[in-house]
Amino acid sequence: MEFILCFFLLMVGLYAVVTKRNLVKIIIGLAIMEYAINLFLILIGYRKDGIAPIMTSTMDRVEFLRKAVDPLPQALVITSIVIGFGILALAVSIAIRIYERFGTFDINEIKKLKG
Amino acid sequence: MKLIPLMVAIPLGTAFFIPMVSRKNQRVPDLLGNLCTFTLFLLSLCLIRFVPQVYFMGGWKPPFGITLVLDGLSSFMLILVNLVTFLITLYSISYMELYTSKLRYYSLLLLMLAGMNGVILTGDIFNLFVFLEIAVISAYALTGFGTEAEELEASFKYLVLGSVSSVFILLGIAFIYSLTGSLNLADISQKLAGEGIFQSPALWFAIILFLYGFGMKSAIMPFHPWLPDAHPSAPAPISAMLSGLLIKAAGVYPLLRIFYNMFGMGNLSQKFIPQILMVLGGISMAGGALLALIQTDIKRMFAYSSISHMGYIFLALSLGTPLGILGALFHIFSHAVSKSLLFLTSGSLEYVLHTRDIRKMGGIEERMPITAFSGNIGFLSLAGIPPLAGFWSKLFIILALVKAERLGWAIFACGVSVLTLGYYLRMNRYVFFGKIKSAFRRVKEAPGTMLGAMVLLSLVVIFLGSLLIPPVKKVLLSPAVHILYSGEDYVKLVLGG
Repeated sequence: MEFILCFFLLMVGLYAVVTKRNLVKIIIGLAIMEYAINLFLILIGYRKDGIAPIMTSTMDRVEFLRKAVDPLPQALVITSIVIGFGILALAVSIAIRIYERFGTFDINEIKKLKG
Repeated sequence: MKLIPLMVAIPLGTAFFIPMVSRKNQRVPDLLGNLCTFTLFLLSLCLIRFVPQVYFMGGWKPPFGITLVLDGLSSFMLILVNLVTFLITLYSISYMELYTSKLRYYSLLLLMLAGMNGVILTGDIFNLFVFLEIAVISAYALTGFGTEAEELEASFKYLVLGSVSSVFILLGIAFIYSLTGSLNLADISQKLAGEGIFQSPALWFAIILFLYGFGMKSAIMPFHPWLPDAHPSAPAPISAMLSGLLIKAAGVYPLLRIFYNMFGMGNLSQKFIPQILMVLGGISMAGGALLALIQTDIKRMFAYSSISHMGYIFLALSLGTPLGILGALFHIFSHAVSKSLLFLTSGSLEYVLHTRDIRKMGGIEERMPITAFSGNIGFLSLAGIPPLAGFWSKLFIILALVKAERLGWAIFACGVSVLTLGYYLRMNRYVFFGKIKSAFRRVKEAPGTMLGAMVLLSLVVIFLGSLLIPPVKKVLLSPAVHILYSGEDYVKLVLGG
């Protein structure tokens, strides 16, 4: 169920990127797609009633392995959030420059290139 | 001491070092940038002696830690990338005087180089994604470097399409991780071989996601729309870098690694993946060549030609035979050097004539003999005239097609080659031959460092055929083909055994 919702979120983002005519809305769509993937990665490592993957000296090792969530996807998500931040920052700064040149965010009016 | 991590560390360090030391002096970035790329080129040549070698980051053995793998294919690609980047930085010394901030330019360029070297060396699929993003984010920024209206538009288009494909690649990696519980390429390959995982629909979904993601990054025909805008809009050295190196290091190379070393081409043929690659390659070859025929902007024409040549590479690698892989790898090398040379030539023309429209040029050979020479060498090579680089690679691709009993495709490849000759002859007639326009009667040849870089690159194109002399082939090309063709050896190399 969670995975279907996650996929739905991805499709919402893709829909925004494909159909919207406003640069800012396209950037928002990109952000939604990235978050959908991050959520998906977290869900891969998720376990119902799981505990944080930090082992202390009082814990039993077998018990810990049975209950703890998978820590690796969490590390991947942190990296992917940083990358997403880089892309968003660049996208927004390019959009601002485009607004300075064209005076609009509408992609129907931003078409000097063709062929 | 192991030298492998230096290939990533040196450009990454220099990229952040340049803005710190050179606020005032304009010469310092030039010097540091060229020194850095020259060192890397020498280092990549030195590394041939150490093939094959595996470096464990932080001492963690696979499958837990990140590994850097130097095998035949990595070493081959490293030499290509660092050779061309060195010549491009040499060219940039004079050319980038046209733009304001050399400091940021070199910084971004070296970041892109660090990303590409990382993609080539890494043996970990998520690490590959991270390096890929480092390379392409700097590419987005460099595409819009001039901050003119068209450049920003192209940059934004590239950014949106590129990030969508990155998201899909990451989704594919997530699927692979959930199926196998590992991120190491060799370890995944072993786990996939063990069980009946190839029945799982999730795995095939991941394969399609990779095909789309890396197909977009390498600008194969249905996913190509960003390339003809992005490559011409960038400054000429960056066009050379994007068209010559980035679409290969960030597009074809990871695809080769993932499809050959991780999944294994034999497993993929269960569901017609090689046939899909072949059809995509065919569409790009013909479509790119036909669209290049009608262009009037010289750089846009070269960009469409890149799409057409990426089609050749996809066609050759879809065969899965040793000869096909050899053709694909050799075409990667020969197209990278020839197309970089052509983009540098177009930059030199733009530097002197201030236009990119081929109808406005004419008879330039008279005033700019060296530029005309390098332009001719580049176009003859890509059109496949012996004994230049492009002839040998196309010969191998066509031979591989004939040997795999795909005569129709072989004839098709010959036909597209004729088209290639057609559009380059058209360019040549407009630009270099004919009567010189009165406006250009007094133009001078481009500055010395630019010409030097172009002449060196022309020499590489002319003598590239020598890679096929048996002793040289044994060192460079054969190990690269071998590591792709026999996936077990790659697994053994990384995991030990």
